Amino acid sequence: MKRIVLALALCLAPVAPAFAVQPDEVLADPALEARARSISRNLRCPVCQGESIDDSNAAISRDLRLVVRERIMAGDDDAQVIDFVVTRYGEFVLFNPQANGANLILWLAGPALLLMGGVVAAVYVRRRGQAPAVEAGLSADEEARLRDLMQK
Amino acid sequence: MIVEFGHFALVLALAVAFVQSTLPMWGAYRRNTALMALAEPAAIIQFLLVAASFAALTYAFVVSDFSLSLVVQNSHTLKPMLYKVSGVWGNHEGSLLLWSLILALFGACAAWFGGNLPPTLKARVIGVQGMIGLAFLAFMLFTSNPFLRLAEPPLDGRDLNPLLQDPGLAFHPPFLYLGYVGLSMAFSFAVAALIEGRVDAAWGRWVRPWTLAAWIFLTIGIGLGSWWAYYELGWGGFWFWDPVENASLMPWLLAAALLHSAIVVEKRENLKAWTILLAIMAFGFSLIGTFIVRSGVITSVHSFASDPERGVFILLILAVFMGGALMLFAFRAGAMEAKGVFAMVSRESALVANNLLLSVSAFVVFIGTIWPLLAELFFDRKLSVGEPFFNAAFSPFFVGLALILPIGATMPWKRGLVRQSLRPLIPVAVLAFAVGVLVWSMQTGRTALGPVGVVLGIWVVFGTLVDLWSRTGRGPIGGRLARLTRLPRADWGKTTAHAGLGITIFAVCAMLAWKVEDIRVVPEGGSFPIGDYQVTLTKVEQTQGPNYYTTLATMEVRRGDRLVATLQPEKRVYPVQAMPTTEAAIDYGFLRDIYLVIGDPQAGGGWAVRSYIEPFANWLWGGVLIMAFGGFLSLSDRRYRVAAGASRRAAAPNAMPAE
Repeated sequence: MKRIVLALALCLAPVAPAFAVQPDEVLADPALEARARSISRNLRCPVCQGESIDDSNAAISRDLRLVVRERIMAGDDDAQVIDFVVTRYGEFVLFNPQANGANLILWLAGPALLLMGGVVAAVYVRRRGQAPAVEAGLSADEEARLRDLMQK
Repeated sequence: MIVEFGHFALVLALAVAFVQSTLPMWGAYRRNTALMALAEPAAIIQFLLVAASFAALTYAFVVSDFSLSLVVQNSHTLKPMLYKVSGVWGNHEGSLLLWSLILALFGACAAWFGGNLPPTLKARVIGVQGMIGLAFLAFMLFTSNPFLRLAEPPLDGRDLNPLLQDPGLAFHPPFLYLGYVGLSMAFSFAVAALIEGRVDAAWGRWVRPWTLAAWIFLTIGIGLGSWWAYYELGWGGFWFWDPVENASLMPWLLAAALLHSAIVVEKRENLKAWTILLAIMAFGFSLIGTFIVRSGVITSVHSFASDPERGVFILLILAVFMGGALMLFAFRAGAMEAKGVFAMVSRESALVANNLLLSVSAFVVFIGTIWPLLAELFFDRKLSVGEPFFNAAFSPFFVGLALILPIGATMPWKRGLVRQSLRPLIPVAVLAFAVGVLVWSMQTGRTALGPVGVVLGIWVVFGTLVDLWSRTGRGPIGGRLARLTRLPRADWGKTTAHAGLGITIFAVCAMLAWKVEDIRVVPEGGSFPIGDYQVTLTKVEQTQGPNYYTTLATMEVRRGDRLVATLQPEKRVYPVQAMPTTEAAIDYGFLRDIYLVIGDPQAGGGWAVRSYIEPFANWLWGGVLIMAFGGFLSLSDRRYRVAAGASRRAAAPNAMPAE
């Protein structure tokens, strides 16, 4: 039956329509609830495909949302709540990959390429500024082509 | 019978594609006119054959021919006609056929409109296009044949995924494919030019319309998909940084870069090698996108029938075309001699900066998309890369682009002065900053994203308008207005597309920063406030549609005493696929959308209701449309109309060709 889930070629966005956060989960204090929402938006549902626990319908996501709210009520700060979930479910649940170890490649690849590209571009632009203008006549190749065209 | 005919046409198309990809190339090499002349009829015949095949498959879907395995798996007799037709490409095999159809269409267009191309270049372009066609037709016939029959046809089909039964999504894939496949023309031109060993201004002029067309289609396709996600998925988001979305964003970014660098080739005969490389990479990323979607190596919510065999085949296609083209590039790029000279401060430099930012941002999207795969393969870490990463690593590039855009756009070619280019923009900068501060003070305590979006939006939109105005020269207003109407369409297109980008940037920031959300249990007859509005849940009833059951809620939105809208959000269940969908009800407005979703009945009575106020949502789709319209204006410029040169020459035989 799994193969029936033939989502469209390049359609956008997650498949199951979610009615994620349920009214009974919402914390009474709006400030704490806002924190819970922003934390759970960055935690990935462990069994779904690419949905955050905030968006997901899965039972485990509901459990995780409740865990997040429990930890917040227990007085944890945001980092502690996230650590709590990560120690149990692994870094797979983090939508924001940790900037450590091999992940530094991921985080630094963009800036590094920008820097390298910037240097290459700057050198190129400088050289174009100093190059003598190649206006002087046609090259031998172009000469030949011109002859070719004129003879037609 | 018709189905067999379609199958046969597809096999014939494969044979024609083989002829198209070999003989004209050989002819161009030997300067054999007869062999080169084969290219045109081959391209047209290939197109007609694939079109016949596509028509046959569409026919099978329309009459619900359940002896075809594909129709059984993706259709149902009760499905509305529109979705029977869109079901043709709502699956792997059929969408590949659509892909091949568009590929062949572009090849045929090169034959129809390529009248003014040099014969060898034309033969090679069509030949390369034929090679791509050959690869995809073989892929389809050998691994994903849409025409497979069933020995015992069932009475009815299994229906199309209900989420895809939607007008927005019916037209989303064709547009996207027109974009992806359109980039194959840029690729074919690049490879043909490498084989010819010559890239000149004329080449830049030939490549641009194709790239522009592909970019317009990609823009519309991505916009449609994003709009669909917004209204269909029921939580008001419009972009999720899903691998498949990224797969469409990367070619878009590179196509945008290619458009700009091709201008430099055309006007200044510079950046030739880079432009060729971009053309190769833009199509390469289209193929990578195909691979990501269809191979299943990267888990995406868009699980297409993933099959390792297919993945390997696509990887092979990717390796052959990218490897071949890049090898050719390595051998020949040295021959691309740059001609024009320009200073550090000039339009050329600005466009180099534009290209740098666009291509590095595409690379960031790329590495973010494949990193989970690399990390698991090489570092044994199972991890995810999602929105926070892209927000942090990708957005700065667009902030940078928006900042340099008006300055670069006003900069003259060859040599400019910073002071001179900045002077007309000073009022714009002051305006943007002032409004930004005003917004900042009005929205105390919220994220800085909103004001940043306002500043960038005003800077880009008004900066680009100032640039257009400055093009009218000096003198009395009347004369300048008259000149404004006579400016080439390309100038109008540039201004329109850039303004569209500014509006889009603003809308994205506004939606992310100022969205209001509310989740609660509401009993029938109950009401609740959201923003300035009061929403009442008047009634909830159970009814039935053509192929689904629905829970239909009626909600009234009031502002003060005035009834703003009566909205009917639904929760549908499609019994054939046993799949629920939410149909949000949206009151579209100029400054805000009111977005209501009905959820499940609650144990203690009442219904779960989600409501949002989405500020400036329509500005996002509007901005995207304006961008695409700008591209269209530019495309319609006389100078780029591909056949224009030919018809003008026919009318006035003594006229000198422009430039």
